[in-house]
Amino acid sequence: MTHWIVLPIILPALVAPFIVLAARYHIGIQRVLSVAGVLALIAAACGLALQSADGTITLYQMGDWAAPFGIVLVGDRLSTMMVLLTAVLALFVLLYAIGSGWDDRGRHFHALFQFQLMGIMGAFLTGDLFNLFVFFEVLLIASYALMIHAGGNARLRAGVQYVLFNLIGSTLFLFALGSIYAETGTLNMADLAHRVALIGPEETVGIRVAAVLLLLVFAIKAAIVPLHFWLPSSYAEAPAPVAALFAIMTKVGAYAIIRVYTMIFPPELEVTAGLHDTWLLPAALVSLALGMVGVLAAKRLDRLVAFSVIGSMGMVMVSISLFTPAGIAAALYYIVHSTLAGATLFLISDLVRTGRADLKLTQQPTIAGNSLTAALFFVGAIAMAGLPPLSGFLGKLLVLDAAFDSNLVVWIWVIVLTSSLISILGFARAGSILFWKAHSVERGDDIEMMSPPATLSYVAVGGLVSLLVAHTVFAGQVHRYTSTMAAQLFAPEPYISTVLDTPGKLSKPKGDH
Amino acid sequence: MELLVSSAIGILTAGGLYLLLRLRTFPVILGISLLTYAVNVFLFASGGLTIGAPPILRDGIDAYTDPLPQALVLTAIVISFGMTAVVVMIGLGAFLGSDDDHVDDQPEPDEDRSESTS
Repeated sequence: MTHWIVLPIILPALVAPFIVLAARYHIGIQRVLSVAGVLALIAAACGLALQSADGTITLYQMGDWAAPFGIVLVGDRLSTMMVLLTAVLALFVLLYAIGSGWDDRGRHFHALFQFQLMGIMGAFLTGDLFNLFVFFEVLLIASYALMIHAGGNARLRAGVQYVLFNLIGSTLFLFALGSIYAETGTLNMADLAHRVALIGPEETVGIRVAAVLLLLVFAIKAAIVPLHFWLPSSYAEAPAPVAALFAIMTKVGAYAIIRVYTMIFPPELEVTAGLHDTWLLPAALVSLALGMVGVLAAKRLDRLVAFSVIGSMGMVMVSISLFTPAGIAAALYYIVHSTLAGATLFLISDLVRTGRADLKLTQQPTIAGNSLTAALFFVGAIAMAGLPPLSGFLGKLLVLDAAFDSNLVVWIWVIVLTSSLISILGFARAGSILFWKAHSVERGDDIEMMSPPATLSYVAVGGLVSLLVAHTVFAGQVHRYTSTMAAQLFAPEPYISTVLDTPGKLSKPKGDH
Repeated sequence: MELLVSSAIGILTAGGLYLLLRLRTFPVILGISLLTYAVNVFLFASGGLTIGAPPILRDGIDAYTDPLPQALVLTAIVISFGMTAVVVMIGLGAFLGSDDDHVDDQPEPDEDRSESTS
C-alpha cells in the first residue's frame, strides 16, 4: 500500500501548526514555509495524477482498517486532477498574497491558508460521506477566518452572513447523513452504492429525502440559484487572494455532486429518477442566466466578478446535470477553466483596487499600471465570457455539444448563448469605464498617483493567465483526459471493488482476558 | 419513546427555523443552536432507539446498541459548539463596529445601488 495519497492532507496539516508555533511573528519565515509547502504539494499532486492517469484506483486505509468499517482515502482520475488543480491554484494565489502584502495584514494568513488547503484536499480524496462532512468543516472553519482576514466592518458583516449560511448548510448535511445512515447503515460511498441499489421500490421514502437533502447541501456549496445568496457579498468583501482561493470551493460542491450522483445515486437508479433533469438542470440554467445578468447589473467590480462566478458555476452545473459521459467530460473541462478564470479576475480586481478609491464602476483617474492591468483584465474577461480564442469558448462549445440529446436542448442553447452575450456586454462596459474612460478624467492636483502593484503580483496573475492559455492550447489532450475521467465515473465497479475487497488488518481477539 | 424523540426533534427544528427567519444576529444564532440540538438528537436516533444495551462487545450479551451514531454525534457536537462560539465573536464584532445587527445586506443610503443579493 502506497502512502503518497495521504500526503496532500498531512502536509498542510503539519505545515500550518508549525507556522503558528515556530514562525508566529516572522512573516518572512512564514512565507518561505508556506511556499515550500505548496510546492511540495504540487509535486505530490503531480505524482498522484500520474499514478492514476492509467485508470489505477489508489486506496489508502486509515490505520489499516478495511472499508466499510475504517475510513478510506481513494484517488481516482477525478480526485487527483482536482487535487492538482487546487495545488497549482494555491501556488499562484499565495504568490499574489505575498506580492501584494495581503498576508501581512493579519497574523495567521499562512497558517489558515494551509488549513484551508488541507480541508479542500481531504474533501477531494475521501471515500466516506461523514469524512466528507468533516473535511467540509475543516475547509469552512479555515475559510471563516480567512474571509475576515485584515478585518474591517463591511468584511465582518459579510463574514457573519457567510458563516451563518454555511452553518445552516452543515446542519442540513448532518440531517442528510443521519437519514442515509438510518436507511442503509453505512456511510462509506462504495458500500452505499451497493446498498442503495438494493432498496426495494416500496420503501424509498427515507432514501429519497436523503438524496434531495444531500443535493441541497452540495448546491449551497456550489452556489446554485436559489441557494447562491451567500456568495456575492462574501466573495466581494473577502480579501482578493482569499476570494481567488474560494474559486475552488464552489467546485468542491460540484465535485461532490459528480461523485455522489454518479456512484451512489446514478442517473439510472429509479429511486432518484427525475432529480437531475427535472430539478437540477432548470436550477442550473437559472443560475447561469442570473449570474450573467448580475455581471451586467453589478455596480462594483468585485461584485461583477462574484456574479460571473455564479454564472460559470451555472454553466458547470448545466453540463453536470445532463449526467451523460459527454456532459461530465465537458463539465470537468469547464471546471478547470472556470476556477482559473474566476481566480484571475478576483486578483485583477485587487490590482485595480490598489490604484483607486474604491471598486465602483464610475469614471475615476487612471490607475497605476493601467495598461498592463487593462490587458490582463481583457484576457480574463474574454476567458470568463467565453469568447474565442480562450478556453471558455471551447468549454462552452463542449457543453452545447453535449446538450444535443437532452430534452431541454432548446432552452440550454438559448440561455447559454444569450447569457454569453449579456456577460460580454457587462465585461465590456466594466472594462471601458475602468480603463478607457479613465483617460478622459482629469487628475486633481491633490491626488497623487499611487505606486503600481508589485511585480510579484503581476507574475502571479500572469501565471494564471498563462495556465488559461495552456488550457486552451492543450484543450484536445485535456478533453481526452476528462473523457476518460467521465468513463471511469460511469463505470464505478473497479472503484467499488477496490474499496470494498481490499483486506485490511484483521481484528483478532487476543485470547481471553 | 419514538413519539417523544421524534416530536422533540420536530419542535426543536421548527423553533430553530422560526428563529433563523428573524434575520437579526442574536435570534439567528439561537436558531442555529436549536437546529444543531435537533440534528444531534436526530443522529442519535438514526441508529435505531435501544434502551439499556451496551454499545461494545461483551460476553453473554446478544442485544447491542449501534455505537457509530454516538461517534458521529460527538463529532457533530464538537464542530457545532466551536462554530457557534466563532459566529458569536464575529457577530459581536460586526455589531460593535456598525451598530447594526441585521444579518442580511442593508441598502447603502448614500447611493442608488440596488441590492440584488439580500
